[in-house]
Amino acid sequence: MMRFKTPAKAAGMLLLLLCGVVAAFAQQADSVTSKDLREVSVTAPRTAREVSPGQKMQAKELERLGSHSVADAIRFFAGLQVKDYGGIGGLKTVDIRSMGTNQVGVFYDGIQLGNAQNGQVDLGRFSLDNMEEIALYNGQKSNIFQPAKDFGSAGAIYLTSLKPKFAPGEKTHLRGTIKTGSFGLFNPSLLWQQKISSKVSASFSTEWINATGRYKFSYQKRDENGHLVYDTSAYRKNGDINAVRVEGGFNGLLNGGEWSTKVYYYQSERGLPGFIVNGVFGHVDRQWDQNIFVQSSFRKDITKRYSILLNGKYAYDYTRFLAPDTARLYIDNHYRQYEMYFSMAHQYALTNWWTIAASGDFQWNRLDADLTNFSYPTRYTTLTAAATNISFNRFSAQASLLGTFVNETVKKNASAPYQQKFTPAVFVSWQPTHSPDFRLRGFYKQIFRMPTFNDLYYTEIGNRFLKPEFATQYDVGFTWNKTFANSWLTQAGIETNAYYNEVNDKIVAVPGASMLSWQMENLGFVKIKGVDVKAKALWLIKKQVQFSTRLTYTYQRAQDFTDPSDSFYGDQIVYIPRHSGSLILGADYKQWEANYSFIYTGERYNSKENKLKNYVEPWYTSDLSLGKQFSYKHTRFHVTAQVNNLANQFYEVVISYPMPGRNYRFILTVNI
Amino acid sequence: MMKQLRNAVWVAALAALAITGCRKGERIVPPEVTPVDTATPGSLLNGFYLLNEGNMGSNKASLDYYDYTTGVYKSNIYATANPTAVKELGDVGNDIEAYGTKLYAVINISNKVEVMDAASTKRIKQIDILNCRYITFANGKAYVSSYAGPVVVEPNAPIGFVAEIDTATLEITRKVIVGYQPEEMAVVGNKLYVANSGGYRAPDYDRTVSVIDLNTFKEIKKIDVAINLDRLKADNDGDIYVTSRGDYYNTPSRLFVIDTKTDAVKKQFDIPVSNLCISGDTAYVYGSVFSYNTGQWTITYNMVNVKTETVLNTNFITDGTDKSIRMPYGVAVNPATKEILVTDAKDYVSSGTLYCFDKTGKKKWSVTTGEIPAHIAFVFATK
Repeated sequence: MMRFKTPAKAAGMLLLLLCGVVAAFAQQADSVTSKDLREVSVTAPRTAREVSPGQKMQAKELERLGSHSVADAIRFFAGLQVKDYGGIGGLKTVDIRSMGTNQVGVFYDGIQLGNAQNGQVDLGRFSLDNMEEIALYNGQKSNIFQPAKDFGSAGAIYLTSLKPKFAPGEKTHLRGTIKTGSFGLFNPSLLWQQKISSKVSASFSTEWINATGRYKFSYQKRDENGHLVYDTSAYRKNGDINAVRVEGGFNGLLNGGEWSTKVYYYQSERGLPGFIVNGVFGHVDRQWDQNIFVQSSFRKDITKRYSILLNGKYAYDYTRFLAPDTARLYIDNHYRQYEMYFSMAHQYALTNWWTIAASGDFQWNRLDADLTNFSYPTRYTTLTAAATNISFNRFSAQASLLGTFVNETVKKNASAPYQQKFTPAVFVSWQPTHSPDFRLRGFYKQIFRMPTFNDLYYTEIGNRFLKPEFATQYDVGFTWNKTFANSWLTQAGIETNAYYNEVNDKIVAVPGASMLSWQMENLGFVKIKGVDVKAKALWLIKKQVQFSTRLTYTYQRAQDFTDPSDSFYGDQIVYIPRHSGSLILGADYKQWEANYSFIYTGERYNSKENKLKNYVEPWYTSDLSLGKQFSYKHTRFHVTAQVNNLANQFYEVVISYPMPGRNYRFILTVNI
Repeated sequence: MMKQLRNAVWVAALAALAITGCRKGERIVPPEVTPVDTATPGSLLNGFYLLNEGNMGSNKASLDYYDYTTGVYKSNIYATANPTAVKELGDVGNDIEAYGTKLYAVINISNKVEVMDAASTKRIKQIDILNCRYITFANGKAYVSSYAGPVVVEPNAPIGFVAEIDTATLEITRKVIVGYQPEEMAVVGNKLYVANSGGYRAPDYDRTVSVIDLNTFKEIKKIDVAINLDRLKADNDGDIYVTSRGDYYNTPSRLFVIDTKTDAVKKQFDIPVSNLCISGDTAYVYGSVFSYNTGQWTITYNMVNVKTETVLNTNFITDGTDKSIRMPYGVAVNPATKEILVTDAKDYVSSGTLYCFDKTGKKKWSVTTGEIPAHIAFVFATK
């Protein structure tokens, strides 16, 4: 293994090497006649009218990756960091381009998953079992015909569940999967898709996750000479989970449109393994969750030029948190969140190159909690968006303006003041030469996130004087894609973006009146410079082995410029590595498939100051999986065996939350 | 052409390998050494320890030491002095005192009292006490308050206790049940006074000071004072000064005086007090008060003459340095020189600052500490 004196040097080397890869691709392009000139993004084929393609992973790729949850899979995207508290039931949230987890919008089948209480969506809870696609968009999905909410976050993740697709003669799809392995995991799931008529289909998906969550972790320390001074190992306790997910719905086709409706139910009980510090190697806290939502969507082209899109949702989320240790503060809190959402979007094609759109959303949120002196807040959010799109052969652009109007009422204490904001976004895409292989792209967007109910009203923590947290983004980049015939290399592409973001009035927690209660404040100004690189190539070797390579590299310089008198002024913000990246190598040969994936997260700091005492070492894991498909009569089987964290590296993503070492998983899928 | 392609794959693979070479194994973080003042050898004091609390769950409790004989400040010395201590000093340092030749650090979340040699900082023993808070000494015994007594009347809040430790054997000898969530303590005569906060029962705070007879080690009286009691210090005239934190809403923080002859409250000062240090006839006081009603912090500095029991209404910092102190978190006075030490915890998540003022309140020096500098223990020179 090569060793570099500093990680920076290593990363510099990587960049150099990457350039080498690009150069090699470029040389390649000159000497090959390419037949198929369709534009593809690095990660997926372009869908209509997307000025910015986003990053995507489809079912096939997700299956081969064999990740447990959306959070595990999304780590292979560029420009984001997953905050992972470890284990099967551990909280996993995503931070896009260092702007903070609260600036990320997560959409499930087209409608945003809300969490007015703390603004975060635990991506560890979304299984890949029935996922058709995961897509990540910086700024927003560059589609003007969408609900106003889709314009409303600094970065967005779209999760799309499997839509039934029937081959002629097919009426029923049935798929059963069992996953087992380390952490005492037992995870059976069932997917049933039924064709009801030529235009209507139904689907039903359910899953049970049961795990002890037990895994070994280890802490080591060395003296200045590198001699081991202590090496202690223990098992992660109280990380058990028992969760059930049931979802079902109908999808229908209309003349010039489509509709869908679905019900989602998730229920879980889990242990919260908590932090590991001197003298504390286990916790007894527990959490119960219940999430229910019903959502419907309707889209139709009313005339040749005019289309309408309707969306509606009702959601109920229940959480019980129990800290039963009577030697400490006993807590038994129940939180109930209610959400109602309705959206109407219109699109009108003025000419064949010019489209305009307008959308209006209304959302109602309420939070009840049995906390002392709780405020019982209700939030009324009205969102309006106006957008336009122009699209020529070699140039396309979109502009949108989002209006946000937020009103809050409380039953107790005082409410936050009325907020009204207008925020713009502009996206452009330009093909500078006659070749569609190469395109330049860019966007500007200003957006904000409202303080959450916890930020504003949590008893003894909340601060109703908080202002919204603003994020401004500038992004430029290029994509280059090419397909080749008569070559081992069938397709290659690279996408690189450089960006500059600013986060103003960042909402941060500072300890308050006592050490037990923290206080939220608008206290932060962060400037972020970064580069995302995504490269992908598909290979066909000896006409039999399909080989795919996918590489991402992320550079982020996210600096705190809050106050020149701070000791951390200009320092890299907490948990953001300057360098991170991933590599996926996949191979398909006849019925066999193999996958190697590698993730690297560079050195970072677990506190605001970039001092040695806050230094966190890089971590990198290698995962291997091998799968085979075979048929018996009319039944298709798929078995996969996986080893994750092959090198058994002990690391932490979040301080005091040790991550699992080497672990195994076995998956059996049966398709009828 | 194919060769180039194969090269590209190799290059990519090498790139992947190249970045894997960066993990060296976690190292013990060496102390930060800063000369801050001229050496004053031969003084009554060798130096002082400063315990930084560190944030809960971060395992960043740390120990600093200032050496009067060299004028050098060393931050984060525990791990280097005790390299084999698994997970170092621990989580949330809540109190520190030197007694005899030993140093006692109360580490709250780590549920232990760490006993060290005061000269070398080397660990002597760890005494396990669940949810321990503060420590005080008298007659060869240490008294440690703890939140984690038995669950009796209140179904979900334990009643507190005080453990007595023999400083020779370092064994717990006796325990006594006190009020809810006991905080600071002081010994006057043969009686131990314990401030009970009831912080786990908010808004039904405890409002009493427990009086413990040290012979029988029984609670002989509960003195009703005010809600949410916290600091408790004895002066030289047999009076106890105890602070109430209030409820952060409508009941403000206050300072009370208990006469230990009658074991009753004899005076109330209507000034907010977060912390105080009594040295000679003067109590050095600051109040950092947050109000949920206004969302504002108010920080005040004051002095109280404990002889005449009057508020002096003067800041003990006289050169305007108080304006650069964001969050005063600890105060101590050098008994020999009357120099005043004030810690600034700032935003609680980055290194704090320790300020040293001369006895007239003018800044002598300041130095960077660990996270949440809070508790100071002077080490006397051994003759």
